[in-house]
Amino acid sequence: MKKTMYEKIWDSHFVHEESGQAPLLYVDRHLMHEVTSPQAFEGLRNSNRKVRNVHSILATMDHCVPTKNRDLPIADPIAKKQIETMAENCEENGLNLYDMKSPDNGVIHIVVPEHGFVHPGMVVVCGDSHTATHGAFGALAFGIGTSEVEHVMATQTLPQKKSKTMIIRVDGELSDACTAKDIALAIIGKTGTAGGTGYVFEFAGDAVKSLSMEGRMTLCNMAIEAGARAGMVAPDEKTYEFLKGKEFAPSEEYWEQAVAHWGSMASDEGAEFDAELVLDAAEISPQVTWGTSPEQVVAVNDVVPSPESFESEIQQQACEGALNYMGLTAGTKMTDIKIDYVFVGSCTNGRIEDFRAAANVAKGTQVAEGVTAIAVPGSYHVKEQAEEEGLDKIFTEAGWEWREPGCSMCLAMNGDELKDKERCASTSNRNFEGRQGKGGRTHLVSPAMAAAAAAAGHFVDISK
Amino acid sequence: MKAYTKHESIAALMNRSNVDTDQIIPKQFLKKVERSGFGVHLFHDWRYNEDTSDNLDFELNKPAFKGSKILVVGDNFGCGSSREHAPWAIEDYGFNTIISTSYADIFYNNCFKNGILPIVATKAQLDALMAEIEANEGVQFTIDLENQDVITPAGNGFKFEIDPFRKENLSKGLDDIGLTLKHEEKISQYEDKHKTLYPWLWA
Repeated sequence: MKKTMYEKIWDSHFVHEESGQAPLLYVDRHLMHEVTSPQAFEGLRNSNRKVRNVHSILATMDHCVPTKNRDLPIADPIAKKQIETMAENCEENGLNLYDMKSPDNGVIHIVVPEHGFVHPGMVVVCGDSHTATHGAFGALAFGIGTSEVEHVMATQTLPQKKSKTMIIRVDGELSDACTAKDIALAIIGKTGTAGGTGYVFEFAGDAVKSLSMEGRMTLCNMAIEAGARAGMVAPDEKTYEFLKGKEFAPSEEYWEQAVAHWGSMASDEGAEFDAELVLDAAEISPQVTWGTSPEQVVAVNDVVPSPESFESEIQQQACEGALNYMGLTAGTKMTDIKIDYVFVGSCTNGRIEDFRAAANVAKGTQVAEGVTAIAVPGSYHVKEQAEEEGLDKIFTEAGWEWREPGCSMCLAMNGDELKDKERCASTSNRNFEGRQGKGGRTHLVSPAMAAAAAAAGHFVDISK
Repeated sequence: MKAYTKHESIAALMNRSNVDTDQIIPKQFLKKVERSGFGVHLFHDWRYNEDTSDNLDFELNKPAFKGSKILVVGDNFGCGSSREHAPWAIEDYGFNTIISTSYADIFYNNCFKNGILPIVATKAQLDALMAEIEANEGVQFTIDLENQDVITPAGNGFKFEIDPFRKENLSKGLDDIGLTLKHEEKISQYEDKHKTLYPWLWA
């Protein structure tokens, strides 16, 4: 029988199924950060259980860490305690932790690929919805809750219900002005934020194959914003090339064997999916969200939609509420919307390629008057690489702030946040109400679009 | 975990769709290292005014909904972040039942780990429940997990579907981990196979 990649990973990780119970799936890699793990460790301690496989875990500190004055103690006492608790829990259980002072520190979904910790065909979990990122390697990677974090630590398995599969084919060639971020937003614009619920996506087609590993990570990262359990891309030469020589990649001795296994995990030609979505890459323009949900998105050369332009009453109400919160009037050209803030970073767009793209646009410009622009590398390795290439200079000369790594303003837990009614061009993944600070207004864009907005003070159609 | 038993309770109405976990529990409250005490922060940004007084325009602040255990909400409830702080806050506030047409995947799973029953209704069933609450704020519904019944005074009740394994665990308040560890031998056997097939992961 012809099988999809998802089915192959499922079958190869199936442990046991007790009649009437959900099947148990084996977990190869467990990623951790400070926000969703403390209560899991507490649960483990309270029930006298141990971590089953300490080598399956890689932990970092990213959500609460400051992106400036890193040498000073964390000012927020509750955040400080959370960071200290993470260190204690990892120490107590002998886990590999990239703490705040480590040269390997950074956002979990950035540092994990940097060290080659996720391979094709794996089952990967993390108490974080953007775990979907690692599907870029042809792994089944999904976010879990804290109770499940505890479950995986204790048992190395999770009771799982099988998902449906959807193939999303992006054919043709993407224009130079567009990136994986624009593909992701264009897809969510079609599916809606619940369109993927119950599904695992497999992204395919020429435009997806042409993406770099970084681009594939951006695309898979956003699968959760369409409601999907996970997103994945079939592994290929680019995947193997990316992994080769990395710390947790297979050694020379096992390399051939591993690559043969990885290659066998791709969906069989003609395998059946439960649903299919096809997009033409050539029709995708640079995207900007206008509302408070990632599905509320248009092309930058479009206008803010009106509630009447939506079919369902629910969408009309949602539009009205979003326009109200965002302080926007229907019919306004997206390029006429003025911004106060620019954020380039996050697990969606905090990789070296993202800073190259933003710097390429920022080069020789000046941040518009009244606008604050911050560039927050996803990890110390990204920061180092960018500095080696002189990107930090390009940003600072253009009037940007060049920060230390962390999740920063993607979810504004660390003090980097918008003030009430401030409007931000952001490369992050969620434009929910209050996500970047209470009353803050978020527009999701690609790094190049963010940099263009920083210089102009409003959104710019970079395809022109 | 508390066992879920049949109960009659006030049903609170929140007619909003795509309510995300950032709204259920805003990120500034995620820094605690304990599981308890999140209820006072539930829907914080909607629930409180700038001066920390109650926002009386917010649905759940209506006196008629005080003490409710059943939350009736619009489509795609709990989308966004995986934070289990969301169901912790909902449970700590006093809800043990949610009724909607759909839930985000991770949130749905998280509910069952915390003694919360997320009931999936059809659009028509949900509309009828919402209309009944609107017409009679403070109305009490009965939730019977054993028979998978929602019962309402105006007769808008219905039978709901639930995975039998989840139903069993919820109704007995069982710990998933304990159940899984009964299969420890199977896990060890799988790991032995795993070591042979993928030796590079164990090298």
